[in-house]
Amino acid sequence: MIYQAALADLDQILSLINGAEKVYIPAETAQGEANFTEYKPGLKLSTKLNTLRSAKDFFFPQIQPLAKFRREGKKIEIIDHRKESEDFVIFGARACDVRSFKVLDNVFLADPVDTNYQTRREHATVVTLACTRPAETCFCGSFDIDAAKPADGDARAWITGDSFYIEPLTEKGEKLVGYAKDVLKEGGEDKVEEQVEKTRTILAKLPLAELKPVDNREKELELFNSPKWAELSSHCLGCGACTFVCPTCQCFDINDFDSGHGIERYRCWDSCMYNDFTLMAAGTPRLTQKERFRQRFMHKLVYYPIKNDGMYSCVGCGRCLKKCPIQMNIVKVMKTLEEDA
Amino acid sequence: MQGELIKRACELLEDGTVNRVLGWQKGQFVYDITPAVFTSVEDVKEHFVYNDFCADNLSKYLIKESEKEGKVLVFLKPCDTYSFNQLQTEYKIKRENVYIIGIESYGKVDVEKLRQRGIEGITDIENVNGTLKVSTIYGEEQVPAYEVMLNRCLTCKSKKHVVYDELVGEDGEVVADSGRFDMVEKLEKMTAEERFNFWRGELSRCIRCNACRNVCPACTCEKCVFDNPNSGTQNRGARDSFEENMFHIIRAYHVAGRCTDCGECSRVCPENIPLHLLNRKFIRDINEFYGEFQAGEEVGQMSPVAAYTEHNDVEPSIVQKGGAE
Amino acid sequence: MVREELIPQLGVVIDIRQDTPDVKTFRVVGLDGKKLFEHIPGQCAMLSIPGIGEGMFSITSSPTNTEYMEFSIKKCGCLTSWLHAMDVGQEICVRGPYGNGFPVEGFFKGKDLLFIAGGIGLAPLRSVINYCRDNRENYGQINVLYGSRSKDDLVDYQEILNEWMDCPNTNIYLTIDREQEGWDGHVGFVPNYVTELNFPTTLVPIICGPPIMIHFTLEGLKKLGFKEEQVWTTMEMRMKCGIGKCGRCNIGNQYVCKDGPVFSFDQLNKLPPEY
Repeated sequence: MIYQAALADLDQILSLINGAEKVYIPAETAQGEANFTEYKPGLKLSTKLNTLRSAKDFFFPQIQPLAKFRREGKKIEIIDHRKESEDFVIFGARACDVRSFKVLDNVFLADPVDTNYQTRREHATVVTLACTRPAETCFCGSFDIDAAKPADGDARAWITGDSFYIEPLTEKGEKLVGYAKDVLKEGGEDKVEEQVEKTRTILAKLPLAELKPVDNREKELELFNSPKWAELSSHCLGCGACTFVCPTCQCFDINDFDSGHGIERYRCWDSCMYNDFTLMAAGTPRLTQKERFRQRFMHKLVYYPIKNDGMYSCVGCGRCLKKCPIQMNIVKVMKTLEEDA
Repeated sequence: MQGELIKRACELLEDGTVNRVLGWQKGQFVYDITPAVFTSVEDVKEHFVYNDFCADNLSKYLIKESEKEGKVLVFLKPCDTYSFNQLQTEYKIKRENVYIIGIESYGKVDVEKLRQRGIEGITDIENVNGTLKVSTIYGEEQVPAYEVMLNRCLTCKSKKHVVYDELVGEDGEVVADSGRFDMVEKLEKMTAEERFNFWRGELSRCIRCNACRNVCPACTCEKCVFDNPNSGTQNRGARDSFEENMFHIIRAYHVAGRCTDCGECSRVCPENIPLHLLNRKFIRDINEFYGEFQAGEEVGQMSPVAAYTEHNDVEPSIVQKGGAE
Repeated sequence: MVREELIPQLGVVIDIRQDTPDVKTFRVVGLDGKKLFEHIPGQCAMLSIPGIGEGMFSITSSPTNTEYMEFSIKKCGCLTSWLHAMDVGQEICVRGPYGNGFPVEGFFKGKDLLFIAGGIGLAPLRSVINYCRDNRENYGQINVLYGSRSKDDLVDYQEILNEWMDCPNTNIYLTIDREQEGWDGHVGFVPNYVTELNFPTTLVPIICGPPIMIHFTLEGLKKLGFKEEQVWTTMEMRMKCGIGKCGRCNIGNQYVCKDGPVFSFDQLNKLPPEY
């Protein structure tokens, strides 16, 4: 069932939802980018295509406290300060980012479950906003994501001209629409289909529309040994920009922070691109940037699919295309490796 | 200009002056240029590109490249030549292994600025006499190039090449009124609290991806203290605002007197943090305390902050608590 | 909320034994004096001292020991130095067990076994050897070939002399790298000793030691006619989470902390050679 409202009423809708649960929407920052921001009445939903930071932050934040410790003499006290998350709404994530949650689920919800991730995931209601103006850097279609009519999320929404449409996909989605039932009216299927077709026409014209990942699960070693890695990685700076803007990168580090008033164990994002990522007392198995670079892309395109029924660990959001300091990215890697295949 | 560069690169490869070329390689789009080393004439002809988006400072790559066998040809824009000299001063580059072609540059375009104007779906960009004709899947747009230049190019300090073996195009002059310290002055005029809030607003967005550090031609430590498990300061993610600030402050201190103001740090920051302002503050202070000094202007010059003189030490009287209010 | 795998349990160190100049064995129980958890030989646990660090260590005691767990730890970094300096009674954070462990109830059962260890590499095998000794009827002949730099660097030397040597149908071969006063046993490197002894290929070799030793020992075994699928080892990689999520110990599609650390060499050969 699709519900509609005037776009001018979107603030009221968000307000109604916000009356029940915290809502986060993409809003413009002082720097002219969009980022998820806690909704306050009047806060405008950004018209930008996507947020600078990916939506993975909601479930896998850059810094995540795990537990506190007190150590005195030979005694240690462990303080488990985890709390059940409150219900919240991510309103207006794009189809690529919402698919990334599934990619992350396969890691964090696999046995043994990551409870910090799980509680946020369970308490989140996700509204996926269909794209109408995709960019040249978009290639979600390569991973069978339909940005025109998103399949993932608890509800999907469209904004066309001066109208807003929303369609619940799950029980949580129904509940969310229920909060705003005074403003939302049933109907709008035709208009939505019209927009979906329009967007699909644009998606088909995108420069990366033809890009399709090759199922290389059987060729793990062959690709690993490809001579192409040397050249692809030759100018990689070894920074972590790609991994940190990536919605599916999930490597992390665990460390202790001694504030002087107790010790906090926390985990934070880490990057396989860093030279000390696998460093042990005995050395590192990934000696040069070539090995680290290869690890990142082999993981996304081969290792992860082997472990997860062919699902790739890339959703085609295009952030790495925009943010890599030297403009080396997964699209170039896919195309270069394909030449071999 | 691209044609000329390709021609010279091929000639120098063919006559054996160099055995490889460090330049820029075409990408998927007109703007996603990647630094690359070319080893053959065919390679250069097919993949070499020089256009409004060749922003990378190639000097940093020479640290590794100049260690290798044989001579490498490199194309350096004026700003990149300062980094080259500075690296040579620090014995990080083997000059005899490098052949430099200086190339004139009137500024590089920041594709993010086009996007911030709502121009999405870019399929081609052509520069016609200073106007960018942008083709997108949604139609054509025209933008004056200077309006969407990289911030660092808008406040260019010098169009002069301080080192080269030959030039393609004209050599320029040091820009007297670049206005590059305007924002620093503005920050200096703020109260300590305003300034602190300004920097917290900026640095709180840092995701610690280390792009600024890794691209920086002055950051050449083999093992950064922030990566060294034995340093006691190893730090993968900032646990609090203090750590968030410290990474950048320590980095700025470490490159003070050596930073040539090439602006790569701010160019590559995925969060658009104006990191170069920290470095510029140091540059301005050095100028004020010790007299005009430009790192990388000459090979072998001594940085004033590294040249201790017992009687002219300016710091104790100038540095006050809470800044110079 | 359910238990979080990354949050440890508290244990206490009830005994510390100096094995070699740089290896100590720590005996750990829960605060209630009981064993913290059960494990399979070859599995590991994360030990940590808050504020100092956390590290993955092999559980060196056998699961058949119902009273406590032991960890033999070589001093080589920040955390291990701290552990070496601590006293009995120190509380310690423990989480685990992690990894797959050796197939003691599968592939190994009923077979003649050949344990080959170098230096601290005996630690992960000690758990298996003692498990097999305690379930002696389930296994064929037990051979242990163990080498170290010197006599003083042989881990668990007293246990080997006093207990293993007396075990039925068990052969112990010890070697040290260089001649030493008071040593009348074999002298020479482990891989050479393996080929000298010319073991029959009916044995199941289980190797653990420094990478270079593993490499040459495997070469030697292959020369003797052993097949890669019958030779086992346990891997070392940098680990942080222990549950196949943080990405560090990833080799190809495998996570050493979860899918390993025990692999047969034909399993390893199917993986990218990045270890």
